[in-house]
Amino acid sequence: MLDQIQALGRYGLTRLGAVGRSGMLLAHVLVARPQPLKMFPLLLKQIYFVGVLSLVIILVSGMFIGMVLGLQGYTILVDYGSEQAVGQMVALSLVRELAPVVAALLFAGRAGSALTAEIGLMKATEQLSSLEMIGVDPYRQIIAPRFWAGFICMPILSAIFAIVGVWGGALVSVDWLGIYEGSFWANMQHSVDFYEDILNGLIKAVAFGFVVTWIAVFQGYDCVPTSEGISQATTRTVVYASLWVLGLDFILTALMFGDL
Amino acid sequence: MDMFDDIIINIRKLNFSRGDRAIFRGLDIRIPRGKVTAIMGPSGTGKTTLLKLIGGQLLPDSGRIELDGANIPTLSRRDLFEVRARLGMLFQSGALFTDMSVFENVAFPLRVHTDLPEDMIRDIVLMKLQAVGLRGARELMPSELSGGMARRVALARAIALDPHLVMYDEPFTGQDPIAMGVLVNLIRRLNQALGHTSIIVSHDIKETLGIADYVYLVSDGSVIAHGTPKELAQVESEQVRQFMQGLPDGPVPFHYPAGEYRAELMKGV
Repeated sequence: MLDQIQALGRYGLTRLGAVGRSGMLLAHVLVARPQPLKMFPLLLKQIYFVGVLSLVIILVSGMFIGMVLGLQGYTILVDYGSEQAVGQMVALSLVRELAPVVAALLFAGRAGSALTAEIGLMKATEQLSSLEMIGVDPYRQIIAPRFWAGFICMPILSAIFAIVGVWGGALVSVDWLGIYEGSFWANMQHSVDFYEDILNGLIKAVAFGFVVTWIAVFQGYDCVPTSEGISQATTRTVVYASLWVLGLDFILTALMFGDL
Repeated sequence: MDMFDDIIINIRKLNFSRGDRAIFRGLDIRIPRGKVTAIMGPSGTGKTTLLKLIGGQLLPDSGRIELDGANIPTLSRRDLFEVRARLGMLFQSGALFTDMSVFENVAFPLRVHTDLPEDMIRDIVLMKLQAVGLRGARELMPSELSGGMARRVALARAIALDPHLVMYDEPFTGQDPIAMGVLVNLIRRLNQALGHTSIIVSHDIKETLGIADYVYLVSDGSVIAHGTPKELAQVESEQVRQFMQGLPDGPVPFHYPAGEYRAELMKGV
């Protein structure tokens, strides 16, 4: 019994330590004296790795999710004779929920895991130490550009996801199932509000981008510098980031749409 | 002793521990300027840790590490980064930046710490690469280099800013005989030509003793012997002799502590 309490205490302390270290890392990244001229090329490179290389998976997934939404929406709505509302349903579910959430989950799997593995490998091969010894702050050179790249790319990816999804929905319901094009788009235009839906969706995407990238860079920076440690850290990034995204989504949804 | 009239590093009463395990207990080491000093000892005695302490990457529990009079552990982060610009370190793995070419790796410290025009950076990089014999490999990526070449590139990077002090972490480990000979020569030659101080951490006895001016033997957290390579060969202590001659058994036992051998075999499962 005493052993179990001890183990619990130790577990709690380790966790608390990790939370503290991740907070320090974030503080370093946020307050690091910005050097725009030096940072910009690094940032651009990371935006390419984190954002542009995630485009394919985002485009394909967005397309399919939109198509499925159109198909499912049609089969349900047609029973009530209101299949014209498919456009509205597809757009609202994408913009409010699916685009930020699914894009963030995919982002965690594609870009987050890559960030963790890359930084972890840099740590294991002493590249981070060697930066420090050259007199360059790894927070500034390695962590900050990756963090900001994720933070910038995530909302854009989410927006692209939503746009492609809507297009996929239209493809299925208008071109294939034959819903009247005018009512499909008009219903959508009528019901989607810029502040209520699009802006809230973007806020979610920004929050998810922040959390996912933070977890990814921290897990990489804090990992045990062995091959085993890197693989564990990569797994942790995907698991923690996914859980945080889903949990945070509920909280944000409750705040935005729950009339609390 | 005249060698110690001018010392660059003075480590006094250094204590450092990891968790419950004491790595250094009252370590005293003085590094003479302009010489090649070797710090030797069995694996796990914290030789690499010592270099990290000198570089300020780790903080000691107590004691002083003075580099040109400045106590490293008490420096601010900014001062520390300034001091480090005057240090060169060759990591065991080379630690080249994998996303940069050989040229960019060597140019990196110059780009960060100086505002030199591009053609001057190019000249300096080519000179450093020429010194390690890899001018022709400047367009290669680190993944295309052999282990020995990677270490030579890392050496060129370490001396890019003409540091006062170059620290070598196990420079000979895992090298084939040719690469090893090349590195031994390079370290000695560069030390003479550039006039910097070298610290070599190693357990390759023959190679290290061949180029060291002074040797510290570290075991169990403190210095057990020190002197010129010649002096060290005369030391009578059994611990020193076991290490210097590479004897498998002695004060450092061959067997990990275990129960009685015969009894354990007879006991069965």
